[in-house]
Amino acid sequence: MLKLTDVSKTFNPGTINAKTAMSHLSLNVEDGDFITIIGSNGAGKSTLFNAISGVFFTDEGRIELDGRDITLMPEYKRSRKIGRLFQDPMLGSAPGMTVEENLALAAGSGTWLSRVSKKEKKHFREKLALLDMGLEDRMKQPVGLLSGGQRQALTLMMATINPPKLLLLDEHTAALDPATAEKVLKITKDVVNDEHITCMMITHNLESALAFGNRTLMMDKGSIIFDVSGEERAGLTTDDLLQAFKREAGHILDNDRILLKED
Amino acid sequence: MDVVLSLTQTALELGLISALTVLALFLSYSMLNVCDLSTDGCFTLGAAVGAVVAISGHPYLAIVAAMIAGMLSGLITAFLQTKMGVDSLLAGIVVNTALYSINIAVMGNSSLLNMNKTETVFTKMQALLKGTFLESQYKMVVIVIALVLVIVFLSLFLETRLGLAIRATGNNPAMVKSSSINTVFTTIVGLVIANAFTALSGCLLAQSQKSVNIDIGTGMVTIALASLLIGNTFFAKSSIPVRAIGVLRFNMPAYMLKLVSAVIVVISISGPYLKSKASLVKRNYALNKKEGN
Repeated sequence: MLKLTDVSKTFNPGTINAKTAMSHLSLNVEDGDFITIIGSNGAGKSTLFNAISGVFFTDEGRIELDGRDITLMPEYKRSRKIGRLFQDPMLGSAPGMTVEENLALAAGSGTWLSRVSKKEKKHFREKLALLDMGLEDRMKQPVGLLSGGQRQALTLMMATINPPKLLLLDEHTAALDPATAEKVLKITKDVVNDEHITCMMITHNLESALAFGNRTLMMDKGSIIFDVSGEERAGLTTDDLLQAFKREAGHILDNDRILLKED
Repeated sequence: MDVVLSLTQTALELGLISALTVLALFLSYSMLNVCDLSTDGCFTLGAAVGAVVAISGHPYLAIVAAMIAGMLSGLITAFLQTKMGVDSLLAGIVVNTALYSINIAVMGNSSLLNMNKTETVFTKMQALLKGTFLESQYKMVVIVIALVLVIVFLSLFLETRLGLAIRATGNNPAMVKSSSINTVFTTIVGLVIANAFTALSGCLLAQSQKSVNIDIGTGMVTIALASLLIGNTFFAKSSIPVRAIGVLRFNMPAYMLKLVSAVIVVISISGPYLKSKASLVKRNYALNKKEGN
């Protein structure tokens, strides 16, 4: 359903700061896949997500979503089909607007001049109650007053309120405390399963890289160096992952935030 | 006593007319987070276009024409910054400069237009109210009607989906894009509406004082920003309608106004910055003292 063919991107080309963030990367994501992605610092994980969601246009290659070429489609148009969460909980919602207003914007129903209906408000409230974070009683409060975990859960809800075809999660629990992170991960899993969303998740937690999803990718220097799924993946341990990385990349996994175990 | 009263009344009328410009900046500066420096020129444009149309005998059409002219000016400012890669401050300055020539052209190669014998919305209202208890307050009636209309429009508009999108564009543009909304579109709509109000403000001022000169809008952006920042300080935590009313209360036209406004803008912007610096200096001082230096 998502197909990247020979995609490359170099930042600051032709200068001393030139950096090849992706080189001839190809990837085929099947409908319903839940892919976890690990890699060292600067491996191009976020760049891959930026390319898919259209933050920049790639230098070479072709990106297709659902059989449609989206290589040159602007970001705001792609976001109808692609939902995205960042590590920083502050990025996904407007702090000066209320919970309800943020949700209304994400839901985007009605015409430009329509207002949020009672029915919609009720729907938002019910959905928020499912998060079990007390947000349903804070609908009229500015999002800036919420905690990081609450904001990330809200962002997740905003990203999936109109279920996207593809959900990109860029270490979306990394900035949260362990208990909240677990909660947000559980909500993520439920939403992805319930709505049958194809999902890609960058993580620095090797254990959740194996515990979640059906396929794991390892990236290094702008390429995918290891791609495992099915039975082979089921038998893997975190140590196997580290060894596989060393074997394929030629150096050890040097991610300053990597977690070998759940903390 | 009469003099004081009439001065107060004039001051209030002028202040309330300028309040329309403040509401325009409320939309562009507070909501959309764009500092629109074409405000001065757009204010004069509204005054000039309104005056020319009124002089030709159409006082009501004058208001519509002024607002449309303002919208065009806003459209150009927005177009420059969203589609032509011009920095948003520079776009405002460039349009402001261009408007100087346009305004003189609109006024027929003159920098001054006189409307002493022209029928305006104010004289119309005066005729309408003749014999009623509001007779002497005819100017105020027109201004209050305009203000109420604009405030009602803004309060309703900012709660619509488009209004929410405009507010979010100023608050967190990345999030707006990921909600499949084009920030170029929201910026253009926001600036077009804001400039329509700025031009309306200019048009009403010209009609009320029965003349336009090319300097009528000079310093408007600073005055309006000052009012906006004062209003924000007092009403920041209130809902949108209350904030919109808050910005109206602190206009005080007098010849020192421009200096005072400039100082207010500087204080309210640099105040929080200096405050954080001051605490650092204090700590540094305390530390040095403790170490006996």
